[in-house]
Amino acid sequence: MGSPSESVVAAPLVELVAANVVSAQDSDAVLVEHVNWRLLPGEYWSVGGLQWAGKSDWLTTVAGLQRPATWHHFLFGEETALLSQPELVATRLRVGLVFENGGRLFTRMTVGENVALPLRYHRNCPARETREAVAAVLELAGLTELGGQMTGQLNRSWRQRVALARALALQPEVLLLDNPLAGLDPRQTRWWLDTLDALNAGHAWLNHRPLALVATTDDLAPWRARARQFALLEGRRWIALGGRDDLSASGDPALREFLAA
Amino acid sequence: MDVENEPAKPSAAVLAQGVPELPLSQSYLNFVGRQIFRFIQAVQGVGAFALITLGVTCTKFNTSWRVIHPLIRSQIDRAGVRLLPGVVFLGLALGLVIVGQTVSMLNKFGAGQYAGTVMVTVLVREIGPLAAALLVLARVGTAIVIELGLSRAQGEVEALEALGIDPVHYLVMPRVIGLGAAIFSLTVYLLIVTLLSGYLFVFVQDVPLTPADYFGQIAQALVWQDFALLGLKTLVFGAIIAVVTCYHGLAQRLRLEQVSDATTSAVSQSVVGCVLADALFIVVYLLM
Repeated sequence: MGSPSESVVAAPLVELVAANVVSAQDSDAVLVEHVNWRLLPGEYWSVGGLQWAGKSDWLTTVAGLQRPATWHHFLFGEETALLSQPELVATRLRVGLVFENGGRLFTRMTVGENVALPLRYHRNCPARETREAVAAVLELAGLTELGGQMTGQLNRSWRQRVALARALALQPEVLLLDNPLAGLDPRQTRWWLDTLDALNAGHAWLNHRPLALVATTDDLAPWRARARQFALLEGRRWIALGGRDDLSASGDPALREFLAA
Repeated sequence: MDVENEPAKPSAAVLAQGVPELPLSQSYLNFVGRQIFRFIQAVQGVGAFALITLGVTCTKFNTSWRVIHPLIRSQIDRAGVRLLPGVVFLGLALGLVIVGQTVSMLNKFGAGQYAGTVMVTVLVREIGPLAAALLVLARVGTAIVIELGLSRAQGEVEALEALGIDPVHYLVMPRVIGLGAAIFSLTVYLLIVTLLSGYLFVFVQDVPLTPADYFGQIAQALVWQDFALLGLKTLVFGAIIAVVTCYHGLAQRLRLEQVSDATTSAVSQSVVGCVLADALFIVVYLLM
């Protein structure tokens, strides 16, 4: 049996140490400097930032899709720079990523095929098993009726849900969401926040394991009552804001300006 | 004559000041230099992409076969089966233009016994594979650049990477194998249709050549190396077209307005690549 200190300190799922986040388009352009951040199991982060603050690049860096200019990036305790390509891919599969603005779905596929692709590719499942898994994920995302639709026929808010279902297909331990509430109506926004709460608490699809969540946003207001950890990307700085109470009490001018916007 | 109103004639020195020294040759050299540099860059880029594709094909052919093998079959269907009507039409046209006319002319000059050799040299070794490759390039190669370019522009390739799916394995490898197999099959069909329709036109022109003589001459002119090199050549053409078109669609993130330029570059580079490969095969034939 471990000591009390061992049971309290959980190993971080993702960790950035003194990392400079660069642009995907131009690797010389540093967008966020000197990020020291760690994501622990079950945490629920909301990371705010205005447009062009580098939220998407920060998120793809966290996912291991983009290398930070300096210095260390760890996924599940492994330094990604030291992993071979197959090891890196296997580690990255434990992280789900929902892209912003319609989720970058495969437009020549149906909703069901989009969700089935990662299952079929990585698990080489027979068709029946894949169908069952896809049905379960589509039900989670409220998309059961739309499984046979081409994704190009859906509006953006439904496409975003398909992207969520696709990211959850492989039952990840960490879910990264790039501005998932952008452009949604209040009903859709509430659905997303409720669903993310359920996933964070431990959903049946994830074998009741709490899912660590990180969502970027350009409006912290909807997240204030839901997320538990907050940070801000402002002027190439990573500003950790703390919890909900710290958010209200913070006198940081960047945060005040952001919340007032 | 009013000299004051006459416009002043510029002196040679003034003219020389306004014009850069050796403008034509300098700009021409710049142009040629740029073109050579671009060519080297393109060869380097496509070469590296081809090596990556070869590596992925060798190491991952059976990986995720439930996903990849149906994709290969669908590429064969798209580049092969669906192009059969076009190949039949092209075969009829080539039969008329090349076989019918050539055999008729050879008989007119009393050289009918060379018909088989001419057919094998011109059709089987050269025109058949090249025509099938150009047909596939026009119908499928251009579509590949556009679909992959749009996928890249819309961020679908990044989505594949986020799902841990290797874009070369998922998008490029099925196209390389599919196009190679399709061009080989189409070439065989094209040659059969061309030779049959050629004889039909010969028959219509009352050339005294029996079917047995016609096909006998062709069979005698064919050697086993023709079959081996035909297979190899068509596979190489398919690989060149697939690699070059996929490279232009995927290698860099295109904006939507850049997709058409990428398509043009891909087509011209594919044609140059196929012709250069063809030239290499001609050398092999000459050495045989």
